[in-house]
Amino acid sequence: MKAIYGLYADPHVAQKAVNNLRAAGVTDADITVISSEPFEHFEFGHRDAKTAMPWIATAAGAVGLLLTYYLLGASQRSWPLITAGMPIAPNWTNLIIIFEMTMLSAIIATVITLLVTAGIPSRGGRMYDPEVSDGYILVGVENPADASKLEPALAIDGGRVKTT
Amino acid sequence: MNRTLNKPLADDLVRPLFNTSVWFYAVVLAAGTVVACGALAWGFQLWYGIGLSGKRWPTFWALYLTNFVFWIGISHAGTLISAILRLVNATWRRPVTRCAEVITVFALMIGAMFPIIHLGRPWLAFWLFPYPSAREIWPNFRSPLAWDFFAINTYLTGSVLFLFLPMIPDFALVRDRSTGWRRKVYGTLSFGWRGTTKQWNRLEMAMQIMAIAILPVAVSVHTIVSFDFSMANVPMWHSTIFGPYFVAGAIFSGIAGLIIAMAALRKALHLEHYLLPMHFENLGKLLLLMSILWAYFVFNERLTVWYGNEPHEMAVFWATQRGQYAPLYWTMVVGNFVLPMAILTNSKTRTILGCVIASCGVVVGMWLERFLIVVPSLTHKQLPYSWGTFSPTPVELFITAATFAAMLLLYTLFAKFVPIISIWELKAGDFVHAPQAGVVTADPHRIDAAPASSSPGAAS
Repeated sequence: MKAIYGLYADPHVAQKAVNNLRAAGVTDADITVISSEPFEHFEFGHRDAKTAMPWIATAAGAVGLLLTYYLLGASQRSWPLITAGMPIAPNWTNLIIIFEMTMLSAIIATVITLLVTAGIPSRGGRMYDPEVSDGYILVGVENPADASKLEPALAIDGGRVKTT
Repeated sequence: MNRTLNKPLADDLVRPLFNTSVWFYAVVLAAGTVVACGALAWGFQLWYGIGLSGKRWPTFWALYLTNFVFWIGISHAGTLISAILRLVNATWRRPVTRCAEVITVFALMIGAMFPIIHLGRPWLAFWLFPYPSAREIWPNFRSPLAWDFFAINTYLTGSVLFLFLPMIPDFALVRDRSTGWRRKVYGTLSFGWRGTTKQWNRLEMAMQIMAIAILPVAVSVHTIVSFDFSMANVPMWHSTIFGPYFVAGAIFSGIAGLIIAMAALRKALHLEHYLLPMHFENLGKLLLLMSILWAYFVFNERLTVWYGNEPHEMAVFWATQRGQYAPLYWTMVVGNFVLPMAILTNSKTRTILGCVIASCGVVVGMWLERFLIVVPSLTHKQLPYSWGTFSPTPVELFITAATFAAMLLLYTLFAKFVPIISIWELKAGDFVHAPQAGVVTADPHRIDAAPASSSPGAAS
């Protein structure tokens, strides 16, 4: 994989590099920003923020609720156990298990959505630099059409440009 | 403009993973020995029979149930507190959350072992699990024990995920600083994490959703544990107050456990720059609040029983107030209320040491509270012919001691292999380590902060 990227100590400069890449005609989808912490206060930190994760979790919770309601009732009627004058399938007590399964479904769906949409686990091979772990912010483009054209956009304010 | 890089902060927090002190081996050896003794005691119980435990008529649950409820209570230290602080965006939570979440996972694992230890033939424990079987034994979903199964497993699954997900970026950080087998292990654990903006956004969103979902689950777990008692027609158990009373007690003991763990970590791993007196002060205030709330619930419970004057309930009431269990009862009151009030109401004594002393009192007091809920009621049931006494056996005592040692052992091992403070969360907060000054200062990189000049050690 070919790539060109800059490493920046300052998030303001990283933001400027992102803006420069855009000005050079690189689309947002092709710009990669990698950091060792989230940068909520910077515009580049809000790229790709849109997600259906809350809706997926809610839907999974609803599915868990309905499935547990059905399975509990069905199994209680299939193996009827008479206990202390209670109905065979009492909603009061079933509600406890239904609640737990609803929440568990939502939690598991959230984790699966995270893994799928964040692209993890991955086997590597993508653009990365271990200096990110020291606090540097990586701004770059994977498989650029012409890396030399992008170098001026990244070589700003002390940023170090690397190509692979 | 340059910004202070976070390299010293990360170096500080991953140092315990690469350097091992003699104390680590000493703690592992000591705690491991006690755990081995407990395992041996359990082996004796399995070999010679359940009679070796104190489980005999009329107290069929004694220390094992006490430990079960106690450890499930301690588990409320982590995920619940962490989730609340995360949702209200309390910035001081950042160094505290992982220390707390670990307690939840280990305490739940230890607590959930007790229904198994309690069994005479634990290899048949799967008979209790709710699944269709060829034996035509179908679990009764109306049993509080079946509710326990679902609640504890949901909470354990949620808590493990809630703990593990924020560890992935830190595993990636350790991966980048490691070589050899460590690099392979941490590389696998980091799931190939790079730290793209998409990954950060997804992770933060997932943590928000999980914090919302895990809160009611945490409350439900201890409510359902309380149902093990309140659904039974046993004197002083059949009470509507037990749900919130147990939840409050669980949070109370959980905070105490968290304070003790944080103080030990601070000292052992030299985390003085991260676990600040302010964190103990805030948790101390929370502990004080929970102490008052606990006293309120105890007063409610006791007054209602005393006013009702039911003979079978009064037998339990007086046995604890001024009978054979009175020394334990009043020790509990001192540990859970008098000591925290005396220490934590005064800002001069609300120091780290003061908070730890109060927390130790609370841990002892809450364990006694669980014991006093279980044993006096079982030894004073409605009909006097069923009254009895209870005294713990060595097997029970060894197993009880082993649970505390197991918590110490697991926690020590965890802190050895995983950064015990979430590095990326600390970076993302308004903290940058300034070791020269010995303080934590505001992060100058914020877009709304004044531009900061280059500081010593800053990379350009």
